Amino acid sequence: MRRKLMHYIAAAIILIYLSIPLAVTFLYSIAQKWQSSVLPESYTIAWYQAVLSDIRFWNALGRSFFISIASVILCLAVMIPTVFIITMYLKKYEKYIEIISIIPFSIPGVVYAVGLIRIYSKGPVNIGGTVWILLGAFFIVVMPYMYQAVRNCLMTIDARQLMEAAELLNATKLQAFVHVILPNIMKGITVSALLAFSLLFGEFVLTNILVGGAFETVQIYLFTKQNFSGHLCSAIVIMYFICVLVLSLLTTTANKLISGRSRGGIQ
Amino acid sequence: MSNRQYIKICLIPFAFLIVAFEILPLMSIVAGSLGDGHGGYSLIQYKNAITSRFYMQGIANSFRVSIISAVVATIISVAGSYSIRRLAPKIRDAVMLISNMTSNFSGIPLAFAFIVLIGNNGVVTIIMKMFGLNLRDYFNLYSIAGLTMVYTYFLVPLGILLMYPAYDGIKKEWEEAALILGATRIEFWRHIGIPAVFPSIMGTMSILFANALGAYASAVALTSGNINLLSIRIGALVSGDINLNPELASALAVILGMIVVFTNLVSQSMTRGRRRARK
Repeated sequence: MRRKLMHYIAAAIILIYLSIPLAVTFLYSIAQKWQSSVLPESYTIAWYQAVLSDIRFWNALGRSFFISIASVILCLAVMIPTVFIITMYLKKYEKYIEIISIIPFSIPGVVYAVGLIRIYSKGPVNIGGTVWILLGAFFIVVMPYMYQAVRNCLMTIDARQLMEAAELLNATKLQAFVHVILPNIMKGITVSALLAFSLLFGEFVLTNILVGGAFETVQIYLFTKQNFSGHLCSAIVIMYFICVLVLSLLTTTANKLISGRSRGGIQ
Repeated sequence: MSNRQYIKICLIPFAFLIVAFEILPLMSIVAGSLGDGHGGYSLIQYKNAITSRFYMQGIANSFRVSIISAVVATIISVAGSYSIRRLAPKIRDAVMLISNMTSNFSGIPLAFAFIVLIGNNGVVTIIMKMFGLNLRDYFNLYSIAGLTMVYTYFLVPLGILLMYPAYDGIKKEWEEAALILGATRIEFWRHIGIPAVFPSIMGTMSILFANALGAYASAVALTSGNINLLSIRIGALVSGDINLNPELASALAVILGMIVVFTNLVSQSMTRGRRRARK
Protein backbone atom coordinates (compact mmCIF):
# COMPACT_ATOMS: atom_id res chain seq x y z
CA MET A 1 0.00 0.00 0.00
CA ARG A 2 2.83 2.37 0.87
CA ARG A 3 4.47 1.50 -2.44
CA LYS A 4 1.24 2.21 -4.28
CA LEU A 5 0.96 5.58 -2.57
CA MET A 6 4.50 6.38 -3.69
CA HIS A 7 3.56 5.80 -7.34
CA TYR A 8 0.56 8.08 -6.99
CA ILE A 9 2.71 10.78 -5.47
CA ALA A 10 5.28 10.42 -8.26
CA ALA A 11 2.58 10.63 -10.94
CA ALA A 12 1.03 13.64 -9.18
CA ILE A 13 4.39 15.43 -9.11
CA ILE A 14 4.84 14.86 -12.85
CA LEU A 15 1.32 16.07 -13.57
CA ILE A 16 1.87 19.22 -11.53
CA TYR A 17 5.24 19.76 -13.19
CA LEU A 18 3.71 19.41 -16.64
CA SER A 19 0.68 21.58 -15.97
CA ILE A 20 2.18 24.50 -14.02
CA PRO A 21 3.36 26.55 -17.04
CA LEU A 22 0.01 26.11 -18.72
CA ALA A 23 -2.00 26.84 -15.58
CA VAL A 24 -0.06 30.02 -14.86
CA THR A 25 -0.40 31.16 -18.47
CA PHE A 26 -4.15 30.65 -18.20
CA LEU A 27 -4.36 32.64 -14.96
CA TYR A 28 -2.25 35.38 -16.51
CA SER A 29 -4.51 35.53 -19.54
CA ILE A 30 -7.58 36.25 -17.40
CA ALA A 31 -5.81 38.45 -14.85
CA GLN A 32 -6.46 42.15 -14.81
CA LYS A 33 -4.15 42.98 -11.96
CA TRP A 34 -1.51 40.59 -10.72
CA GLN A 35 1.20 42.56 -9.02
CA SER A 36 1.51 41.66 -5.39
CA SER A 37 -0.27 38.44 -4.52
CA VAL A 38 -0.10 34.71 -5.11
CA LEU A 39 -3.28 34.72 -7.19
CA PRO A 40 -4.51 37.53 -9.47
CA GLU A 41 -6.30 40.36 -7.65
CA SER A 42 -8.95 40.84 -10.33
CA TYR A 43 -10.03 39.07 -13.47
CA THR A 44 -11.00 40.16 -16.95
CA ILE A 45 -11.75 38.73 -20.39
CA ALA A 46 -10.49 41.88 -22.10
CA TRP A 47 -7.34 40.15 -23.38
CA TYR A 48 -9.39 37.53 -25.16
CA GLN A 49 -11.64 40.21 -26.61
CA ALA A 50 -8.58 42.05 -27.85
CA VAL A 51 -7.21 38.97 -29.58
CA LEU A 52 -10.55 37.91 -31.00
CA SER A 53 -11.18 41.36 -32.44
CA ASP A 54 -7.78 41.38 -34.15
CA ILE A 55 -8.28 40.52 -37.80
CA ARG A 56 -4.62 39.47 -38.03
CA PHE A 57 -5.27 36.68 -35.55
CA TRP A 58 -8.13 35.28 -37.60
CA ASN A 59 -6.12 35.53 -40.81
CA ALA A 60 -3.20 33.73 -39.16
CA LEU A 61 -5.51 31.04 -37.81
CA GLY A 62 -7.01 30.64 -41.26
CA ARG A 63 -3.57 30.29 -42.84
CA SER A 64 -2.52 27.71 -40.24
CA PHE A 65 -5.61 25.64 -40.94
CA PHE A 66 -5.28 26.05 -44.69
CA ILE A 67 -1.63 25.04 -45.04
CA SER A 68 -1.96 22.14 -42.58
CA ILE A 69 -5.08 20.74 -44.23
CA ALA A 70 -3.70 21.22 -47.75
CA SER A 71 -0.46 19.44 -46.84
CA VAL A 72 -2.26 16.52 -45.18
CA ILE A 73 -4.57 16.13 -48.19
CA LEU A 74 -1.63 16.26 -50.60
CA CYS A 75 0.17 13.68 -48.52
CA LEU A 76 -2.86 11.37 -48.40
CA ALA A 77 -3.49 11.72 -52.14
CA VAL A 78 0.11 10.81 -52.95
CA MET A 79 0.92 8.28 -50.23
CA ILE A 80 -2.18 6.05 -50.35
CA PRO A 81 -1.75 4.96 -54.00
CA THR A 82 2.04 4.85 -53.69
CA VAL A 83 2.18 2.67 -50.60
CA PHE A 84 -0.60 0.49 -51.99
CA ILE A 85 1.30 -0.12 -55.24
CA ILE A 86 4.62 -0.69 -53.52
CA THR A 87 3.35 -3.16 -50.93
CA MET A 88 1.14 -5.02 -53.43
CA TYR A 89 3.04 -5.06 -56.69
CA LEU A 90 6.56 -3.74 -56.27
CA LYS A 91 7.66 -5.38 -53.05
CA LYS A 92 11.32 -5.17 -54.07
CA TYR A 93 11.22 -1.37 -53.79
CA GLU A 94 9.84 -1.46 -50.27
CA LYS A 95 13.24 -1.18 -48.61
CA TYR A 96 13.98 2.02 -50.52
CA ILE A 97 10.71 3.62 -49.43
CA GLU A 98 11.50 2.59 -45.88
CA ILE A 99 14.84 4.40 -46.01
CA ILE A 100 13.22 7.44 -47.63
CA SER A 101 10.61 7.56 -44.87
CA ILE A 102 13.14 7.28 -42.05
CA ILE A 103 15.38 10.14 -43.23
CA PRO A 104 13.01 13.03 -42.33
CA PHE A 105 12.85 11.76 -38.72
CA SER A 106 16.56 12.24 -38.26
CA ILE A 107 16.91 15.62 -39.95
CA PRO A 108 16.34 18.60 -37.62
CA GLY A 109 14.01 21.22 -39.10
CA VAL A 110 16.66 23.91 -39.15
CA VAL A 111 19.02 21.66 -41.15
CA TYR A 112 16.31 20.75 -43.62
CA ALA A 113 15.42 24.42 -44.06
CA VAL A 114 18.99 25.18 -45.17
CA GLY A 115 18.73 22.67 -48.02
CA LEU A 116 15.34 23.97 -49.17
CA ILE A 117 16.50 27.59 -49.12
CA ARG A 118 19.61 26.77 -51.12
CA ILE A 119 17.59 25.17 -53.89
CA TYR A 120 14.42 27.24 -54.04
CA SER A 121 15.37 30.78 -53.12
CA LYS A 122 17.21 31.30 -56.39
CA GLY A 123 17.73 29.56 -59.71
CA PRO A 124 15.13 28.12 -62.09
CA VAL A 125 12.45 27.28 -59.50
CA ASN A 126 12.25 30.40 -57.37
CA ILE A 127 9.49 29.59 -54.91
CA GLY A 128 11.30 30.78 -51.78
CA GLY A 129 9.02 32.75 -49.46
CA THR A 130 5.86 31.39 -51.07
CA VAL A 131 3.31 28.91 -49.81
CA TRP A 132 4.49 26.33 -52.38
CA ILE A 133 7.83 25.69 -50.72
CA LEU A 134 6.01 25.26 -47.41
CA LEU A 135 3.58 22.79 -48.97
CA GLY A 136 6.47 20.68 -50.28
CA ALA A 137 8.33 20.86 -46.98
CA PHE A 138 5.22 19.93 -44.96
CA PHE A 139 4.63 16.99 -47.29
CA ILE A 140 8.05 15.63 -46.34
CA VAL A 141 7.44 16.33 -42.62
CA VAL A 142 4.27 14.20 -42.42
CA MET A 143 5.20 11.67 -45.12
CA PRO A 144 6.86 9.20 -42.68
CA TYR A 145 3.75 9.09 -40.47
CA MET A 146 1.48 8.59 -43.48
CA TYR A 147 3.70 5.84 -44.84
CA GLN A 148 3.50 3.92 -41.56
CA ALA A 149 -0.24 4.54 -41.24
CA VAL A 150 -1.14 3.40 -44.76
CA ARG A 151 1.13 0.37 -44.54
CA ASN A 152 -0.35 -0.71 -41.22
CA CYS A 153 -3.88 -0.22 -42.52
CA LEU A 154 -3.21 -2.30 -45.63
CA MET A 155 -1.85 -5.08 -43.46
CA THR A 156 -4.77 -4.97 -41.00
CA ILE A 157 -7.42 -5.25 -43.71
CA ASP A 158 -5.41 -7.89 -45.59
CA ALA A 159 -5.43 -5.90 -48.82
CA ARG A 160 -4.02 -8.77 -50.87
CA GLN A 161 -6.98 -11.05 -50.19
CA LEU A 162 -9.48 -8.25 -50.70
CA MET A 163 -7.94 -7.43 -54.07
CA GLU A 164 -7.96 -11.08 -55.15
CA ALA A 165 -11.59 -11.44 -54.13
CA ALA A 166 -12.60 -8.27 -55.96
CA GLU A 167 -10.72 -9.25 -59.10
CA LEU A 168 -12.27 -12.69 -58.98
CA LEU A 169 -15.61 -10.91 -59.15
CA ASN A 170 -14.46 -9.22 -62.37
CA ALA A 171 -13.48 -5.85 -60.94
CA THR A 172 -10.50 -4.16 -62.52
CA LYS A 173 -7.55 -3.28 -60.29
CA LEU A 174 -8.59 0.36 -60.28
CA GLN A 175 -12.21 -0.45 -59.41
CA ALA A 176 -11.10 -2.76 -56.64
CA PHE A 177 -8.78 -0.11 -55.24
CA VAL A 178 -11.38 2.66 -55.31
CA HIS A 179 -14.40 0.70 -54.12
CA VAL A 180 -12.88 -1.90 -51.79
CA ILE A 181 -9.46 -0.85 -50.50
CA LEU A 182 -10.02 2.90 -50.11
CA PRO A 183 -13.20 2.76 -47.99
CA ASN A 184 -11.61 0.10 -45.78
CA ILE A 185 -8.42 1.98 -44.98
CA MET A 186 -10.01 5.43 -44.69
CA LYS A 187 -11.13 4.83 -41.10
CA GLY A 188 -7.69 3.81 -39.90
CA ILE A 189 -6.02 6.69 -41.67
CA THR A 190 -8.27 9.32 -40.07
CA VAL A 191 -6.32 9.13 -36.81
CA SER A 192 -2.95 9.55 -38.50
CA ALA A 193 -4.29 12.39 -40.61
CA LEU A 194 -5.43 14.20 -37.46
CA LEU A 195 -2.06 13.62 -35.79
CA ALA A 196 -0.26 14.91 -38.87
CA PHE A 197 -2.53 17.93 -38.88
CA SER A 198 -1.76 18.88 -35.28
CA LEU A 199 1.95 18.36 -35.94
CA LEU A 200 1.83 20.86 -38.80
CA PHE A 201 -0.45 23.22 -36.90
CA GLY A 202 2.29 23.71 -34.34
CA GLU A 203 5.13 23.98 -36.86
CA PHE A 204 7.40 26.99 -36.42
CA VAL A 205 10.98 26.32 -37.58
CA LEU A 206 10.32 25.71 -41.27
CA THR A 207 7.57 28.33 -41.47
CA ASN A 208 9.75 30.99 -39.89
CA ILE A 209 12.88 30.30 -41.92
CA LEU A 210 11.23 29.53 -45.26
CA VAL A 211 8.42 32.08 -45.46
CA GLY A 212 8.40 34.07 -42.20
CA GLY A 213 6.15 37.10 -42.25
CA ALA A 214 5.16 36.47 -45.89
CA PHE A 215 2.75 33.77 -44.72
CA GLU A 216 1.83 34.52 -41.13
CA THR A 217 0.57 31.41 -39.34
CA VAL A 218 -0.59 31.37 -35.71
CA GLN A 219 2.90 30.49 -34.51
CA ILE A 220 4.45 33.37 -36.45
CA TYR A 221 1.71 35.72 -35.26
CA LEU A 222 2.46 34.78 -31.68
CA PHE A 223 6.17 35.29 -32.30
CA THR A 224 5.66 38.81 -33.66
CA LYS A 225 3.39 39.67 -30.71
CA GLN A 226 6.22 38.76 -28.34
CA ASN A 227 7.03 42.34 -27.41
CA PHE A 228 3.44 43.35 -26.72
CA SER A 229 1.51 42.73 -23.52
CA GLY A 230 2.27 39.47 -21.76
CA HIS A 231 -1.44 39.14 -20.97
CA LEU A 232 -2.30 39.33 -24.65
CA CYS A 233 0.28 36.69 -25.52
CA SER A 234 -1.03 34.44 -22.77
CA ALA A 235 -4.52 34.73 -24.24
CA ILE A 236 -3.16 33.72 -27.67
CA VAL A 237 -1.25 30.82 -26.15
CA ILE A 238 -4.36 29.57 -24.37
CA MET A 239 -6.49 29.82 -27.49
CA TYR A 240 -3.81 28.04 -29.49
CA PHE A 241 -3.69 25.32 -26.86
CA ILE A 242 -7.49 24.96 -26.93
CA CYS A 243 -7.21 24.27 -30.68
CA VAL A 244 -4.57 21.62 -29.97
CA LEU A 245 -6.69 20.20 -27.16
CA VAL A 246 -9.76 19.85 -29.38
CA LEU A 247 -7.60 18.22 -32.05
CA SER A 248 -6.07 15.66 -29.71
CA LEU A 249 -9.44 14.88 -28.11
CA LEU A 250 -10.82 14.40 -31.63
CA THR A 251 -7.91 12.07 -32.41
CA THR A 252 -8.39 9.94 -29.30
CA THR A 253 -12.16 9.74 -29.85
CA ALA A 254 -11.67 8.75 -33.48
CA ASN A 255 -9.09 6.21 -32.38
CA LYS A 256 -11.44 4.69 -29.79
CA LEU A 257 -14.40 4.63 -32.17
CA ILE A 258 -12.37 2.92 -34.88
CA SER A 259 -10.64 0.35 -32.71
CA GLY A 260 -13.95 -0.33 -30.94
CA ARG A 261 -15.77 -0.83 -34.23
CA SER A 262 -13.16 -3.09 -35.76
CA ARG A 263 -13.08 -5.16 -32.58
CA GLY A 264 -16.85 -5.47 -32.83
CA GLY A 265 -16.45 -6.54 -36.42
CA ILE A 266 -14.27 -9.49 -35.51
CA GLN A 267 -16.66 -10.74 -32.88
CA MET B 1 3.46 -5.45 -69.26
CA SER B 2 1.40 -2.40 -70.08
CA ASN B 3 -0.35 -2.94 -66.79
CA ARG B 4 3.01 -2.79 -65.02
CA GLN B 5 3.94 0.40 -66.79
CA TYR B 6 0.61 1.90 -65.87
CA ILE B 7 1.29 1.05 -62.24
CA LYS B 8 4.69 2.67 -62.36
CA ILE B 9 3.20 5.88 -63.76
CA CYS B 10 1.16 6.16 -60.55
CA LEU B 11 4.42 6.46 -58.62
CA ILE B 12 5.54 9.58 -60.47
CA PRO B 13 3.97 12.16 -58.10
CA PHE B 14 5.63 10.50 -55.13
CA ALA B 15 8.99 10.23 -56.85
CA PHE B 16 8.77 13.85 -57.94
CA LEU B 17 7.98 15.17 -54.46
CA ILE B 18 10.65 13.05 -52.80
CA VAL B 19 13.34 14.10 -55.26
CA ALA B 20 12.34 17.76 -55.21
CA PHE B 21 11.82 18.18 -51.47
CA GLU B 22 13.85 15.48 -49.77
CA ILE B 23 16.75 14.22 -51.87
CA LEU B 24 17.73 17.44 -53.68
CA PRO B 25 17.69 19.64 -50.54
CA LEU B 26 19.78 17.13 -48.59
CA MET B 27 22.26 16.76 -51.43
CA SER B 28 22.37 20.51 -51.73
CA ILE B 29 23.37 20.84 -48.07
CA VAL B 30 26.31 18.49 -48.55
CA ALA B 31 27.28 20.14 -51.83
CA GLY B 32 26.95 23.59 -50.29
CA SER B 33 29.10 22.69 -47.33
CA LEU B 34 31.85 21.70 -49.76
CA GLY B 35 31.62 24.91 -51.77
CA ASP B 36 34.19 27.65 -51.40
CA GLY B 37 31.72 30.42 -52.26
CA HIS B 38 33.24 31.05 -55.68
CA GLY B 39 32.00 28.02 -57.57
CA GLY B 40 34.83 25.69 -56.59
CA TYR B 41 34.99 22.90 -54.05
CA SER B 42 36.98 22.85 -50.86
CA LEU B 43 36.77 22.11 -47.17
CA ILE B 44 37.16 25.78 -46.34
CA GLN B 45 33.65 26.03 -44.78
CA TYR B 46 34.42 23.25 -42.32
CA LYS B 47 37.75 24.84 -41.56
CA ASN B 48 36.04 28.20 -41.01
CA ALA B 49 33.44 26.60 -38.75
CA ILE B 50 35.91 24.63 -36.65
CA THR B 51 38.52 27.35 -36.30
CA SER B 52 35.93 30.01 -35.42
CA ARG B 53 35.67 30.52 -31.69
CA PHE B 54 32.16 31.87 -32.17
CA TYR B 55 30.79 28.78 -33.92
CA MET B 56 32.65 26.35 -31.70
CA GLN B 57 31.11 28.10 -28.71
CA GLY B 58 27.68 27.63 -30.34
CA ILE B 59 28.36 23.92 -30.83
CA ALA B 60 29.60 23.58 -27.25
CA ASN B 61 26.58 25.43 -25.84
CA SER B 62 24.15 23.33 -27.89
CA PHE B 63 25.90 20.18 -26.75
CA ARG B 64 25.79 21.21 -23.11
CA VAL B 65 22.13 22.23 -23.09
CA SER B 66 21.09 19.12 -25.02
CA ILE B 67 23.04 16.55 -23.04
CA ILE B 68 21.94 17.89 -19.64
CA SER B 69 18.28 18.27 -20.60
CA ALA B 70 18.24 14.85 -22.30
CA VAL B 71 19.76 13.10 -19.27
CA VAL B 72 17.47 14.84 -16.75
CA ALA B 73 14.37 14.28 -18.91
CA THR B 74 15.30 10.62 -19.36
CA ILE B 75 15.67 10.10 -15.61
CA ILE B 76 12.31 11.80 -14.97
CA SER B 77 10.55 9.79 -17.68
CA VAL B 78 12.13 6.45 -16.71
CA ALA B 79 10.94 6.86 -13.12
CA GLY B 80 7.73 8.63 -14.10
CA SER B 81 6.45 6.17 -16.68
CA TYR B 82 7.20 3.31 -14.26
CA SER B 83 5.04 4.96 -11.62
CA ILE B 84 2.34 5.83 -14.14
CA ARG B 85 2.09 2.18 -15.14
CA ARG B 86 1.39 1.21 -11.54
CA LEU B 87 -1.68 3.45 -11.25
CA ALA B 88 -5.27 2.25 -11.51
CA PRO B 89 -6.08 1.87 -15.25
CA LYS B 90 -8.54 4.78 -15.44
CA ILE B 91 -6.21 7.23 -13.71
CA ARG B 92 -3.26 5.89 -15.69
CA ASP B 93 -4.97 6.60 -19.03
CA ALA B 94 -5.94 10.08 -17.87
CA VAL B 95 -2.36 10.85 -16.83
CA MET B 96 -1.04 9.58 -20.17
CA LEU B 97 -3.61 11.68 -22.04
CA ILE B 98 -2.51 14.83 -20.21
CA SER B 99 1.16 13.98 -20.73
CA ASN B 100 0.59 13.45 -24.46
CA MET B 101 -1.31 16.69 -24.71
CA THR B 102 1.48 18.70 -23.10
CA SER B 103 3.87 17.19 -25.65
CA ASN B 104 2.09 19.46 -28.16
CA PHE B 105 2.91 22.36 -25.91
CA SER B 106 6.34 23.29 -27.20
CA GLY B 107 8.12 25.91 -29.24
CA ILE B 108 6.89 29.50 -29.10
CA PRO B 109 3.83 28.99 -26.83
CA LEU B 110 5.96 27.09 -24.32
CA ALA B 111 8.63 29.78 -24.26
CA PHE B 112 5.91 32.35 -23.48
CA ALA B 113 4.53 30.22 -20.69
CA PHE B 114 7.96 30.16 -19.07
CA ILE B 115 8.41 33.91 -19.53
CA VAL B 116 5.07 34.42 -17.77
CA LEU B 117 6.14 32.02 -15.04
CA ILE B 118 9.76 32.95 -14.28
CA GLY B 119 10.67 35.71 -16.72
CA ASN B 120 11.70 39.22 -15.75
CA ASN B 121 8.15 40.16 -14.78
CA GLY B 122 7.06 36.59 -14.27
CA VAL B 123 4.61 35.48 -11.62
CA VAL B 124 7.17 33.64 -9.52
CA THR B 125 9.60 36.55 -9.83
CA ILE B 126 6.95 38.96 -8.50
CA ILE B 127 5.89 36.66 -5.68
CA MET B 128 9.51 36.27 -4.61
CA LYS B 129 9.92 40.03 -4.67
CA MET B 130 7.12 40.26 -2.11
CA PHE B 131 9.35 38.28 0.20
CA GLY B 132 12.29 40.49 -0.59
CA LEU B 133 14.01 37.91 -2.79
CA ASN B 134 15.35 38.51 -6.26
CA LEU B 135 14.93 35.45 -8.50
CA ARG B 136 17.51 36.87 -10.88
CA ASP B 137 20.17 36.31 -8.19
CA TYR B 138 19.57 32.57 -8.29
CA PHE B 139 18.28 31.85 -11.75
CA ASN B 140 18.05 33.57 -15.11
CA LEU B 141 15.52 32.24 -17.61
CA TYR B 142 17.25 33.97 -20.51
CA SER B 143 20.44 31.99 -20.05
CA ILE B 144 21.87 28.55 -20.71
CA ALA B 145 20.38 27.31 -17.43
CA GLY B 146 16.97 28.71 -18.38
CA LEU B 147 17.10 27.08 -21.80
CA THR B 148 18.06 23.77 -20.20
CA MET B 149 15.01 24.02 -17.96
CA VAL B 150 12.64 24.72 -20.86
CA TYR B 151 14.19 21.96 -22.99
CA THR B 152 13.84 19.48 -20.14
CA TYR B 153 10.20 20.44 -19.80
CA PHE B 154 9.30 19.69 -23.42
CA LEU B 155 11.41 16.51 -23.51
CA VAL B 156 9.67 14.90 -20.52
CA PRO B 157 6.31 14.11 -22.21
CA LEU B 158 8.17 12.72 -25.23
CA GLY B 159 10.37 10.62 -22.93
CA ILE B 160 7.33 9.27 -21.08
CA LEU B 161 5.71 8.40 -24.40
CA LEU B 162 8.85 6.50 -25.46
CA MET B 163 9.59 4.79 -22.12
CA TYR B 164 6.01 3.79 -21.32
CA PRO B 165 5.89 0.73 -23.62
CA ALA B 166 9.46 -0.28 -22.70
CA TYR B 167 8.37 -1.79 -19.38
CA ASP B 168 6.24 -4.31 -21.28
CA GLY B 169 9.51 -6.21 -21.57
CA ILE B 170 9.72 -6.84 -17.81
CA LYS B 171 7.33 -9.57 -16.82
CA LYS B 172 5.78 -9.41 -13.39
CA GLU B 173 6.72 -13.07 -12.96
CA TRP B 174 10.42 -12.20 -13.20
CA GLU B 175 10.17 -9.94 -10.19
CA GLU B 176 8.17 -12.52 -8.23
CA ALA B 177 10.63 -15.26 -9.16
CA ALA B 178 13.60 -13.15 -8.15
CA LEU B 179 12.00 -12.22 -4.83
CA ILE B 180 11.13 -15.85 -4.10
CA LEU B 181 14.74 -16.83 -4.83
CA GLY B 182 15.82 -14.40 -2.13
CA ALA B 183 16.76 -11.31 -4.11
CA THR B 184 15.92 -7.94 -2.68
CA ARG B 185 13.96 -5.49 -4.76
CA ILE B 186 17.09 -3.43 -5.34
CA GLU B 187 19.02 -6.50 -6.46
CA PHE B 188 16.22 -7.39 -8.85
CA TRP B 189 16.37 -3.97 -10.47
CA ARG B 190 20.14 -3.93 -10.53
CA HIS B 191 20.61 -7.31 -12.20
CA ILE B 192 17.40 -7.87 -14.14
CA GLY B 193 15.10 -4.86 -14.37
CA ILE B 194 17.50 -2.12 -15.43
CA PRO B 195 19.49 -4.33 -17.87
CA ALA B 196 16.20 -5.39 -19.49
CA VAL B 197 15.07 -1.82 -20.19
CA PHE B 198 18.58 -0.45 -20.72
CA PRO B 199 18.36 -0.47 -24.56
CA SER B 200 15.11 1.51 -24.37
CA ILE B 201 16.63 3.98 -21.93
CA MET B 202 19.61 4.62 -24.21
CA GLY B 203 17.35 4.81 -27.28
CA THR B 204 15.05 7.29 -25.53
CA MET B 205 17.98 9.38 -24.38
CA SER B 206 19.48 9.63 -27.87
CA ILE B 207 16.12 10.59 -29.38
CA LEU B 208 15.66 13.28 -26.71
CA PHE B 209 19.22 14.48 -27.28
CA ALA B 210 18.68 14.78 -31.03
CA ASN B 211 15.43 16.61 -30.38
CA ALA B 212 17.09 19.10 -28.06
CA LEU B 213 20.01 19.65 -30.41
CA GLY B 214 17.71 20.54 -33.30
CA ALA B 215 15.34 22.64 -31.17
CA TYR B 216 15.02 26.13 -32.53
CA ALA B 217 11.67 27.69 -31.72
CA SER B 218 11.93 27.91 -27.93
CA ALA B 219 15.49 29.17 -28.13
CA VAL B 220 14.57 31.92 -30.60
CA ALA B 221 11.53 33.01 -28.59
CA LEU B 222 13.28 32.90 -25.23
CA THR B 223 16.57 34.56 -26.02
CA SER B 224 15.78 36.34 -29.33
CA GLY B 225 18.88 34.58 -30.61
CA ASN B 226 21.12 36.19 -27.99
CA ILE B 227 22.44 32.89 -26.74
CA ASN B 228 24.91 31.27 -29.04
CA LEU B 229 23.45 27.93 -30.11
CA LEU B 230 24.20 25.82 -33.17
CA SER B 231 20.59 25.76 -34.42
CA ILE B 232 20.24 29.53 -33.94
CA ARG B 233 23.47 30.13 -35.87
CA ILE B 234 22.31 27.96 -38.77
CA GLY B 235 18.95 29.71 -38.92
CA ALA B 236 20.59 33.15 -38.82
CA LEU B 237 22.99 32.26 -41.65
CA VAL B 238 20.14 31.41 -44.04
CA SER B 239 17.34 33.74 -42.99
CA GLY B 240 18.85 36.61 -41.04
CA ASP B 241 18.97 40.18 -42.24
CA ILE B 242 22.74 40.34 -42.26
CA ASN B 243 25.62 37.90 -42.65
CA LEU B 244 23.86 35.51 -45.01
CA ASN B 245 26.15 32.61 -45.77
CA PRO B 246 24.32 29.47 -46.94
CA GLU B 247 27.62 27.62 -47.54
CA LEU B 248 28.74 28.03 -43.93
CA ALA B 249 25.18 27.22 -42.80
CA SER B 250 25.39 23.98 -44.78
CA ALA B 251 28.68 23.03 -43.14
CA LEU B 252 27.21 23.71 -39.67
CA ALA B 253 24.09 21.76 -40.64
CA VAL B 254 26.21 18.79 -41.67
CA ILE B 255 28.09 19.03 -38.35
CA LEU B 256 24.77 19.06 -36.46
CA GLY B 257 23.57 16.05 -38.47
CA MET B 258 26.82 14.20 -37.77
CA ILE B 259 26.53 14.78 -34.01
CA VAL B 260 23.00 13.31 -34.11
CA VAL B 261 24.10 10.29 -36.16
CA PHE B 262 27.16 9.76 -33.96
CA THR B 263 25.06 9.83 -30.76
CA ASN B 264 22.67 7.32 -32.28
CA LEU B 265 25.53 5.01 -33.22
CA VAL B 266 27.05 5.23 -29.74
CA SER B 267 23.76 4.46 -28.01
CA GLN B 268 23.13 1.60 -30.45
CA SER B 269 26.55 0.05 -29.94
CA MET B 270 26.19 0.33 -26.17
CA THR B 271 22.84 -1.46 -26.22
CA ARG B 272 24.03 -4.05 -28.72
CA GLY B 273 26.87 -4.96 -26.39
CA ARG B 274 24.35 -5.34 -23.57
CA ARG B 275 22.08 -7.51 -25.65
CA ARG B 276 24.90 -9.82 -26.59
CA ALA B 277 26.03 -10.03 -23.00
CA ARG B 278 22.60 -11.15 -21.90
CA LYS B 279 22.47 -14.04 -24.38
